[in-house]
Amino acid sequence: MSYLQLQGIEKFFGEHRAIKGIDLAIEPGEFVVFVGPSGCGKSTLLRLIAGLEHIDGGKLSLQGRDITHLSSSQRDLAMVFQSYALYPHMSVFENMSFALKLAKEDPALIRDKVERAAKILNLSDYLQRTPKDLSGGQRQRVAIGRAIVRAPKVFLFDEPLSNLDAALRGQTRVEIAKLHRDLGATTIYVTHDQVEAMTLADRVVVLRDGQIEQVGTPLELYDKPANQFVAQFIGTPQMNVVPLAQLPVGVHQQAPAGAAGGSMGLRPEAVQLRTGGQGAIAGRVDLVEALGAETLVYVSTAEGATLVARLSERTTLVAGHTVTLDVATEHAHWFDPSGRLVRRSHDHSATLA
Amino acid sequence: MARQHTFSATFTPAYVLRTLGAWAIALLLFFPLGWLMLTAFKTELQAIAIPPELFFKPTLENFYEVQERSDYLLYAKNSVITSVVSTLLGLMIAAPAAYSMAFIKGKHTKDILMWMLSTKMMPAVGALVPIYVLAQKSHLLDTQLALIIVFTLSNLPIMVWMLYSHFKDIPHEILEAARMDGASLWQEVRMVLLPLAMGGLASTGLLCLVLSWNEAFWSLNLTAARGGTLATLIASYSSPEGLFWAKLSAASFMAIAPIVVFGWFSQKQLVQGLTFGAVK
Repeated sequence: MSYLQLQGIEKFFGEHRAIKGIDLAIEPGEFVVFVGPSGCGKSTLLRLIAGLEHIDGGKLSLQGRDITHLSSSQRDLAMVFQSYALYPHMSVFENMSFALKLAKEDPALIRDKVERAAKILNLSDYLQRTPKDLSGGQRQRVAIGRAIVRAPKVFLFDEPLSNLDAALRGQTRVEIAKLHRDLGATTIYVTHDQVEAMTLADRVVVLRDGQIEQVGTPLELYDKPANQFVAQFIGTPQMNVVPLAQLPVGVHQQAPAGAAGGSMGLRPEAVQLRTGGQGAIAGRVDLVEALGAETLVYVSTAEGATLVARLSERTTLVAGHTVTLDVATEHAHWFDPSGRLVRRSHDHSATLA
Repeated sequence: MARQHTFSATFTPAYVLRTLGAWAIALLLFFPLGWLMLTAFKTELQAIAIPPELFFKPTLENFYEVQERSDYLLYAKNSVITSVVSTLLGLMIAAPAAYSMAFIKGKHTKDILMWMLSTKMMPAVGALVPIYVLAQKSHLLDTQLALIIVFTLSNLPIMVWMLYSHFKDIPHEILEAARMDGASLWQEVRMVLLPLAMGGLASTGLLCLVLSWNEAFWSLNLTAARGGTLATLIASYSSPEGLFWAKLSAASFMAIAPIVVFGWFSQKQLVQGLTFGAVK
């Protein structure tokens, strides 16, 4: 039995089946990230675990105890909300100690715990302020502090960084990762940002339309996506997905039988530009994005496909230049017409090489 | 020189006209009330003198007589009890109703709110006969209880609406955070919702206090000498035996004075309540 176990969790909003039978097992100390496009049900799933929405089907258990229909207040989980949801009429100290006060802990112990958490989060000087006198980043830290003083069984984060500006977001992301490493607390984190998912998670759960598309470590998802959706959702820029019909015969023939009528997926770093004209595919440069450390070159081929190549060196290419490409088909992913991954018989040796 | 310049810049013709206009309208609106106050301190003869007397020797005689003849304090007590109790009762019923509508919205919440408000569109007199008969059959005629029940019920739609709009402004996530922190429903309401909604509760209560205090229709029809409020007292001075302008004015003055003073001190809250949470 896992620490937190979801079995066939269902949620209906009226007639709409928003969560369609989710099975998931989370181990103690794990950092699990739910990621997916908006409307995929990731926040709903988190709220079902939190007890803020009623679970319409399936079973949720924590440490072997069935908590499916327990109220939020009895689940011993802590949540950090997107809007922080601090109590505006209470000081930072009162905000952070609220749960302990409700649990009727000894006041001296409460003070001790809050001060320790405040120290970790750099909030010691702000304990007497009210939330309206704090900056966005400080409010965010109070919200996290409110969760950690309780030492709950599971931390739930609902897009906690989306209200912060880009610089602060990166910084807080690192702090959350550090905090998790120090506290070792089981954490479920919801985000639509795949960079957050990749950098924070032990395991990522990719959701679409109320269903799990794939569960795996960040690199598993990157290297071995289970389908075209995950392949294109994870990774920036997106994986190139080209219909087989738009590929030259030489490349086309390498496709496994099951992928007939489907498409080939290729990470931008597996596309090589050949300036001398000896590449297999001819094309024209549409756009060059020079990012400094890397350069992205968008090329449209004579067959009508668009491919992105990621170069680690700089280039003199500009839009309009003609180029040829080689594709490293040993790194290619093959999808059938419905977007499912098709494995090649010698896939095993390809990954080893 | 500089001062003169400022003077002419401030007192432009448009400014002077606007100010005079504002004063004229304000005085026009205040005139009946002012006249009532003046008349309250006149003798009955002075009160009906033509041309009306602006300068006269004020007398407190009317006030003594109002207390003497019709026991002002009894009516005042009835007014205080009916308005305060009906307001408190109303808040106790309206707050949970508004909570559920603001935070646990159902498919028909909007319809229910509209339906509640629609009951205020019916003229009160339409319900007079059934309510009178009900009060009579349950031996509640001329009692404070009858008015408390009627005031509470007739103010409820407004109270639910006002509290609903105040609660709606409170982010739901704050209440959810309290739940995650282990608060029971009662703790969530007492320690988070009520402190945050204090302004809304106060302005709703104040408005309903004023509405109940000023209510005349039901007081006149359901109560008389025992359970009557100050509104009944005023009306009793315009009786078939004749109009007693000075005493009527004195009674009115004493009836409205408490609520005017009260309103003066709480006007900030009242205005906040009347804007219905439109401006945070």
